[in-house]
Amino acid sequence: MAEQLDQLFVHLKHWLVGHLPDAWQPLASILLSITPVLMVFPGLFALTTVIERKGLGRIQNRRGPNRVGIPLTNIRLAGFGQFIADGIKALIKEDVVPRAADKVVHFLAPIALVVPVLLAYSVLPFGRNMVPLDLDAGVLFFFAVGSATELCLFMAGWSSHNKYSLLGAMRAIAQMISYELPLILSGVAVIMVTGTLSLPKIVEAQNVYTGTIAHWHVFTPWGLAGFILFFISSLAEANRSPFDMPEAESEIIAGYFVEYSGFKFALFFLGEYLGLFAVAGFGITLFLGGWTAPFSWLTWIPSWAWFMGKLVTMIAIYIWIRGTVPRLRADQLMNFAWKFMLPMALLNIVVTGLWHFTELAGWNIVVRWLVCAGILIVPYLLLGRAFKAKVGQREYRYAS
Amino acid sequence: MTPLHHYLLLSALLFCIGLVGALTRRNAILVLIGIELMLNAANLNFIAFWRYSPNPEALHGVMFVIFAIAIAAAEAAVGLALIIAIYRHYKTTNLDQVDSMKG
Amino acid sequence: MTLPFAIIAGLTVGSAIAAMSLRNLVHCALSLVVTFAGLAALFLQLNAQFVGFAQVLVYVGAVAILIVFAILLTRSAEPGPPASMTTGAGWGIGIAVAAFLAMAGAVTSSVVMQRTAPPPSDLTVRAIGHKLMTDYVLPLEVIGLLLTAAMIGAVIIAMQERKSKP
Repeated sequence: MAEQLDQLFVHLKHWLVGHLPDAWQPLASILLSITPVLMVFPGLFALTTVIERKGLGRIQNRRGPNRVGIPLTNIRLAGFGQFIADGIKALIKEDVVPRAADKVVHFLAPIALVVPVLLAYSVLPFGRNMVPLDLDAGVLFFFAVGSATELCLFMAGWSSHNKYSLLGAMRAIAQMISYELPLILSGVAVIMVTGTLSLPKIVEAQNVYTGTIAHWHVFTPWGLAGFILFFISSLAEANRSPFDMPEAESEIIAGYFVEYSGFKFALFFLGEYLGLFAVAGFGITLFLGGWTAPFSWLTWIPSWAWFMGKLVTMIAIYIWIRGTVPRLRADQLMNFAWKFMLPMALLNIVVTGLWHFTELAGWNIVVRWLVCAGILIVPYLLLGRAFKAKVGQREYRYAS
Repeated sequence: MTPLHHYLLLSALLFCIGLVGALTRRNAILVLIGIELMLNAANLNFIAFWRYSPNPEALHGVMFVIFAIAIAAAEAAVGLALIIAIYRHYKTTNLDQVDSMKG
Repeated sequence: MTLPFAIIAGLTVGSAIAAMSLRNLVHCALSLVVTFAGLAALFLQLNAQFVGFAQVLVYVGAVAILIVFAILLTRSAEPGPPASMTTGAGWGIGIAVAAFLAMAGAVTSSVVMQRTAPPPSDLTVRAIGHKLMTDYVLPLEVIGLLLTAAMIGAVIIAMQERKSKP
């Protein structure tokens, strides 16, 4: 029964494809892999916008949206109809294009942003046997596609012919390039241990149990450090608070998409959130065991439920961080990337090598754990202290 | 399957487009873009010959392209740094106007 | 010639011509990105997955951004004088056409016309990594050194010139 439920979607797809003539089967199989991704993740985006506003509202001691329900009825659904209203609003709003703008590039930028972000989903394993495209170089594909989005931000910022949007785009690109390095280097540690660039194989490597506990990479010292580095870099890559400097509303009005309105603005919004989900799903696959269960007595829960559950938990943590951590200044943000994240990511690779080539037997496990953790914690404390000494007491020049 | 000489002709065409750019445009950045195009055309040749070689396990073509990409990245970084330095000095990136050896 | 090849080839050549002939430098850089992506697609078609993705990662993700930054830092995006060709433009085009004719003649008259593709081999990333760490380990180290030298060199060249007089 559990087996059936686990493979529910795989069987469903095979059953549907089986009805078609042989010539149509490859095409139908591709379509049936793409369509669910195009349905589920934009749907999750719609729900997340409401949950995020409600969550932020609760953090700020207010209620958030709680009025809009199903249109033309009196059912309120605790405000979960809000995304329908938002979508309709975005669709019927006037699309304003500045007169000085470069019309073609201005039009292409939001589309060019959404396409690579959607492509990134094609290598993520959503469950057992549930990966749209099992590429041998899946990790490289994900990073390659992710790096293509930077150029779209530039297109948006430059084509608007607005100082603020250009500044915002420049900041966004500088930030994304800086944080791409620790993001990739923390992923390299996983590749070193598993010896493969294929995401389903990385998940399989974590689907081993000692006693009842799974071999998730996050349960090792290098994996924990790598996951924390990955998580911080993913916040910066997705332009999320506390790294939302590129689109800081209160400082440079809205960054690279100031001059966008209506549906194009909604596309940027969609692209940003889909990018966030993709990078969270990638982190889950690399460090949090993908679709595997943490304990062997929980394996009866279907694999896709584990993946979606982990994804929703990550989204909740992103919302929580957005509501509680203040924004970093631009120079602090750069210093943090180059002087803290990058050295720690490189050190993490060294520790991973040490971990990989030491033997596993008896008490050595504990010794190995402590040595690897120590090598990571001591520089962390030293670097942290150096940073604190440099920042010093903050002076409020105009307030006092 | 596309025959090998189609890839080779495409690569030759790309190379010559890059050559035209590098020879006729005045802006230093465009000259650099032309050179990058020529390098890429050569890479396409390597990959095509590797794919059609009787012994693809040797991976010579792939290895050459991987190293060529790395060198092209280094070349672009140094080249653009030079262009920025020249711009700071002469206030132009027009190669026809950058003609004095004395600073 | 297959249809996917024709489409990708047309896109690549068209965008390459655009990259070399457009007036606005930012447009040139953006069409160059399309050329790079087209080349990556050709690499994928030739079964070289790793190289194709590396091409996107390095060229679209890094080199194109560098070019765009250089264009903005040198204010080349502002419309300049209309004639942006050098005086010897005719010569340049002539040389290029001659070069193309020579290469096309060489290709069409050579034995490669008869060569057929062997069945696609299963090229894994593992095989590439293994080769890099055994047969090609010296070039790999040299490339590492070269990239470090290039990075330091680029930083020093582009650094603000220190004024001799205060």
